[in-house]
Amino acid sequence: MSTLQSPRTSGLVSDLTAGKLPRFAPALAAVIALGIGALAALLIGGGLLATVLFAAVAFLVVLPAWYAVVEGRRAAVDRLVTCLVWSALAVALVPLVSLLWTVVHHGARQLDATFLGQDAFITALHQPTGILHAIVGTLLITLTAAVMSVPLGIFAAIYLIEYGAGSKLAAAIRFLVDVMTGIPSIVAGLFAFALFTLLFGPAYRSGLAGAAALSLLMVPIVVRSTEEMLRLVPNELREAAYALGTPKWRTIVKVVLPTALGGIVTGVTLATARVVGETAPLLLTAAITTKVNLNVFDGFMTTLPVMVYSSQAKGHPEDFDVAWGAALVLVLIVLVLNIVARIVGKIFAPKTGH
Amino acid sequence: MAKSIDVSNVNIYYGDFKAVEDVSMTIKARSVTAFIGPSGCGKSTFLRTLNRMHEVIPGAHVEGEVLLGGEDIYAANVDPVQVRRRVGMVFQRPNPFPTMSIYDNVLAGNRLNSKKLKKADADAIVEKALTGANLWNEVKDRLGKPGMGLSGGQQQRLCIARAIAVEPQVLLMDEPCSALDPISTSAVEDLIHELKSDYTIVIVTHNMQQAARVSEYTGFFNLKAAGQPGHLVEFNKTTKMFSTPEQESTEAYISGRFG
Repeated sequence: MSTLQSPRTSGLVSDLTAGKLPRFAPALAAVIALGIGALAALLIGGGLLATVLFAAVAFLVVLPAWYAVVEGRRAAVDRLVTCLVWSALAVALVPLVSLLWTVVHHGARQLDATFLGQDAFITALHQPTGILHAIVGTLLITLTAAVMSVPLGIFAAIYLIEYGAGSKLAAAIRFLVDVMTGIPSIVAGLFAFALFTLLFGPAYRSGLAGAAALSLLMVPIVVRSTEEMLRLVPNELREAAYALGTPKWRTIVKVVLPTALGGIVTGVTLATARVVGETAPLLLTAAITTKVNLNVFDGFMTTLPVMVYSSQAKGHPEDFDVAWGAALVLVLIVLVLNIVARIVGKIFAPKTGH
Repeated sequence: MAKSIDVSNVNIYYGDFKAVEDVSMTIKARSVTAFIGPSGCGKSTFLRTLNRMHEVIPGAHVEGEVLLGGEDIYAANVDPVQVRRRVGMVFQRPNPFPTMSIYDNVLAGNRLNSKKLKKADADAIVEKALTGANLWNEVKDRLGKPGMGLSGGQQQRLCIARAIAVEPQVLLMDEPCSALDPISTSAVEDLIHELKSDYTIVIVTHNMQQAARVSEYTGFFNLKAAGQPGHLVEFNKTTKMFSTPEQESTEAYISGRFG
């Protein structure tokens, strides 16, 4: 007589748990690996870095070997690959964390009311120097660049997806946009420089020229990200709107764009964050100043990256401090932009009702 | 309000490929007409020519004459947008607008056509359409919630409500129940029975029992061979079609001896 339920094997050795390493095995292996690493570093002679490197290699050998002995080949390969993936992540994070730490470490002590609230012209006579002119310049030039490139980019993407689908013109535009994505920023700067020199004569410098150079870099990113987002809008929604007797342009404005809005806003913000850190084109087109300039159409204008570059080029220790402080402010601006992008993307994402 | 459709000698193309050949039929007003046939025989393609949705696909075009209440909808000076306002459509998969609430989804047709509505009128349209689609009692307390939060069957009835909110003269349904469970299917079929007193309904279905249950007239489409255009084999009263069809291939298909 067989029963459907097998007897409980608690207390006995079950087939299911036989030949399994305990859960603390990786931790134990890590301790052993650290020991091996320290020993190796001592023998060869090396510092903390050598210890960590040796320990990592030892861990990659010890743990899979142990699993191979106790649990078999499949478990060992699983462990090895898991360890490799985690190591790759750790290696990728090292420069990022190191960079952020250095910027915060050197820059944080610079941040005070004078630094953020005064420009370099007023504070130049009595140290410390302020960077208000660069913050204002960054915000104005980036905003102007966004105002120029966002409508252009979104309209171009709408043409590519909604009107030009499959046409030769659309294929040509898409190819050119892809080429533009790869333009070195200095080339964009030279183009804007040449254009504005031709239009307004030599020695013309303004925030507008800088913004034109930046928008040249920004348009392809906006086009590509918007295009991807519009492509994700299901065709059924367009057909549903057409079947209700809606003209094509109203379908795009009222159905397609709102559905893709979250992604478009995220793409635009990321494109902005990308160009906010440009230096080379702005050196050519907007030049360097020490005063706050609120007029983007005329006069020199300095942005934070240009300020970082010019400060460190001066070479005095106090100029280095200013550069670090300006770099930290720039990182913070990019951080805020990214957070705003995430929040806005969440707000506009289509609701599922769950 | 409901109008009849007269189709004569219609050929339908995707680019150079002829998908449907030489279809002629008369679809009576205030009745349900079902199209059956194997996959790829052109039933859905033909349905989409009845409200000029076929030409949305690049390269697609139609030859022949389709009269809606006596007016040729393929005449040179006809605006397809105006045709689609008169001939509504429900699709195979429920497709409520994801950015809109249940309320706004029902009003989408009116709002998208830029009609300015007073709040009271809008409320009346929403209640009438949702009641007409047998959905009012289930959603009346959560009209502000997203339409995507409803179940599949409710979403499909929401799409039907959206289609009848603009008060079309004809309602086309492209396999409206193929993504639904039997209970939701039954709800939609009951709805079709109620709607036919006001609308001309044309439905494409893969389910022959459904065609027999809901329709007064049935058209059987078939392919001569793979790669050949589809054509209308037989168009008859549903009762006759399912008891004594005139064509041998119709009988073979209906009784399951097809192919």
